[in-house]
Amino acid sequence: MSKLKPQKEYEKTRSFRFQRWLGGSRDPYVGQVEMQPQTPVELPELTIRERLRDSQAVRDKVYDIENNKKLNLFRRIYVLAAIVYCAGLAVILLAMVASLPPTGEANRPVNNEVSARYIENGLQETGAVNIVTGMILDYRAFDTFGESNVLFAATTTVLILLHMKKKKNKEGKVEEIESDRLLEPKQDAILQASATVLVPIIILFGIYVILNGHLSPGGGFSGGAIIGAGLILYLSAFGFEKAKKLFTEKLYKGVSFAALTTYCLAKSYSFFTGANHLESHIPLGTPGAILSSGLILLLNICVGMVVACTMYTFYVMFRKGDF
Amino acid sequence: MDFIRNFPFFSIMLSMFAGIVSSVLSPRAAKWVNRAVITVVGVLSLILLGYLSGTGESYVYMMGHFPAPWGNEIRAGVLEAGMALFFCIIMLLSMLGGAHKLLEEVAEEKQNLYYILVNLLLSSLLALVYTNDIFTAYVFVEINTITACGLIMIRETGRTIEAAVRYMIMSLLGSGLLLLGLCVLYDLTGHLLMSNMREQVAYLVAGNRYAMPLLVTIGLISLGLAIKSALFPFHAWLPDAYGYSTASSAAMLSSLVSKGYIFLLIKLIYRVFGFEVFHDSHIINVLFVFGLMGMIFGSISAIRENDIKRMVAFSSVAQIGYIFMGIGMGTQAAMVAGVFHILSHAATKSLLFIAATGLTEVSGGSRKFEDLTGAGFKNPCAGIAFTAGALSMVGVPLFSGFISKLLFSQAAVQNSGKMLPALIVLGISTILNAIYFMKTVIRLYTPVGAAGEDGKTFVNRKLYVVTLIGFIILNVVLGVNSQPIVDMIWQGLGMFA
Repeated sequence: MSKLKPQKEYEKTRSFRFQRWLGGSRDPYVGQVEMQPQTPVELPELTIRERLRDSQAVRDKVYDIENNKKLNLFRRIYVLAAIVYCAGLAVILLAMVASLPPTGEANRPVNNEVSARYIENGLQETGAVNIVTGMILDYRAFDTFGESNVLFAATTTVLILLHMKKKKNKEGKVEEIESDRLLEPKQDAILQASATVLVPIIILFGIYVILNGHLSPGGGFSGGAIIGAGLILYLSAFGFEKAKKLFTEKLYKGVSFAALTTYCLAKSYSFFTGANHLESHIPLGTPGAILSSGLILLLNICVGMVVACTMYTFYVMFRKGDF
Repeated sequence: MDFIRNFPFFSIMLSMFAGIVSSVLSPRAAKWVNRAVITVVGVLSLILLGYLSGTGESYVYMMGHFPAPWGNEIRAGVLEAGMALFFCIIMLLSMLGGAHKLLEEVAEEKQNLYYILVNLLLSSLLALVYTNDIFTAYVFVEINTITACGLIMIRETGRTIEAAVRYMIMSLLGSGLLLLGLCVLYDLTGHLLMSNMREQVAYLVAGNRYAMPLLVTIGLISLGLAIKSALFPFHAWLPDAYGYSTASSAAMLSSLVSKGYIFLLIKLIYRVFGFEVFHDSHIINVLFVFGLMGMIFGSISAIRENDIKRMVAFSSVAQIGYIFMGIGMGTQAAMVAGVFHILSHAATKSLLFIAATGLTEVSGGSRKFEDLTGAGFKNPCAGIAFTAGALSMVGVPLFSGFISKLLFSQAAVQNSGKMLPALIVLGISTILNAIYFMKTVIRLYTPVGAAGEDGKTFVNRKLYVVTLIGFIILNVVLGVNSQPIVDMIWQGLGMFA
């Protein structure tokens, strides 16, 4: 009801739509978002009774709970023993912690020549401003290679457990596994709109954290986790149809293979030259520049790619069982 | 520096790289890469072993440009090279012997995943053998645990998945205790490198400082590794995990994975705590008692079992008990016997698992004893191999089991305090072993009706037969030609100190 504009023109303005939304006469998401009222899961009366009967039968016939004095005694002793054991372990561990070297004292055993050299010479020797990165990717790079292989092994194991075979229907076509779409709305405007804004930022930030791993806090593991989270958000918002255009099984295999191979070869070179006291010819660069600190930048990128792939693959496997 | 000194590093990196490459290969190619890598690593270890027994000293190898307490380091001595060689032989034979079962029991698109895991398992075993740094050891313990889980559940049946879940829970509990122990030890010593830790521990013990945390640490580390290698009261995960997984996995899990942890424990005892410190702690008696109990209760469970593979699996519990009895006796001779038993048990148990597979195949896939009657006639090779393995486990001369029992009893006689319990339990356990193994062998050679009729359907695979012969030869070599191997173990343990 405006005095300045005619009614028809007024109806097109934002303030009119806002007024209607405030008054409750119109819901802007109706027709835009697929909304399903949640149906409470109803178990048929029969199956409930069947289950009860089964568990009762197991209790009566297999364990014979009523008359099985041995089992009842065992269960009681088991609970008691578990409590005693846990309490005993807790007491021992607490007593041990109490007699450990006190935190913050200058002459603790951990304040020795090892950490002193990391702190004092870390910058000159590795070229990394972030000495933690220098430590895990240069001084102790072998352990970190082991860690990335832990992730690789874990992904392999999850693939064994959860990767579903593609079922073929009668016409010989590969059937899509659609069951995961049953429980969620297909097009969620809010999620998609926020994902459109957030996903690029998250992935860019992840790349930033990886590339600056040797200069500022962060590195391959944290940056990779951020990129993985971005990919998962993208998948949740836009579904498998669109995510598949980017991330397929081939891409996963290719990326993790390339990253781990690069890490393996680069570090093998460095281990070999180091152990045989040869010159490694890898320039350390100026500390603080983005292209500096020898192999660390490359290794951070490799670790980041492996971590991002691992996170995304875990999510996909647990959700659908296929890429 | 001699070029040969690079070999431990080459072995570890090569097997890891093979795991990474296998992810993009076809299953067939992955299989050949796997076989080639195991063979190459075995040859490298053999050359290294020859070189080290020539020079007679161990050496450390810098992983990178930074010397020891700052960078990573690996170390090779006679015992390490010998173990690596032995692990490669057992792994190669296990993979060859179970190859046909693998094709049957593992889904086609998941076969190259299996080879990835086997290669990574090999790399982690090698790293556990060669490591000189406790954090490296922990990282590779993790790889070992995860790959072992995968090896169990790659045969996708309900049983194996349940077994893998159980294995994972128990094994991660063990890893957690180990990590806790290592953290406390780092807090006390300020080092992760074994040789520096040893100095610091000796210094702490001499000054009688932090005695209590040190004792708890020894306890936590021993307990963690004992859980992971299925010492008696913590063995509940073992029978299903070994009994239901595919033949190669069962052979490798029983003979390699658990042995890797025991070897790490021995290494920690010598290289971190020092044998004397470990001997003076009371943890050693706990390990001794658990070992003795395992020897008896493992055998009793095996007698009561009605499934051949689970019986062999329970027998592992008893054999792990033997090894821990050797560690627990607290003398150098007993430790040598324990290390020898690692070899002898690994060679025998993988033989038994592979042979049992052949026997169940000719009995209509059943593993129950009543169906196995006469299976030794239907599949003569597997029958002979199983008999050889059984004789070795019981401790008949000419086979490797005899030597380890002889070494154990010699060591027990020299040890005044623990002589009586060790000898008595050794005797009882041998009788129990004989009961269940001979029962099985007699059943295998009990003729049923018209023998040979069912056997016609069975085609003996050349590769399988060759593998079994290889295993038997390995057993006999360990049994007949034991003196150089025992000398090598003495020399290797001497290099540890």
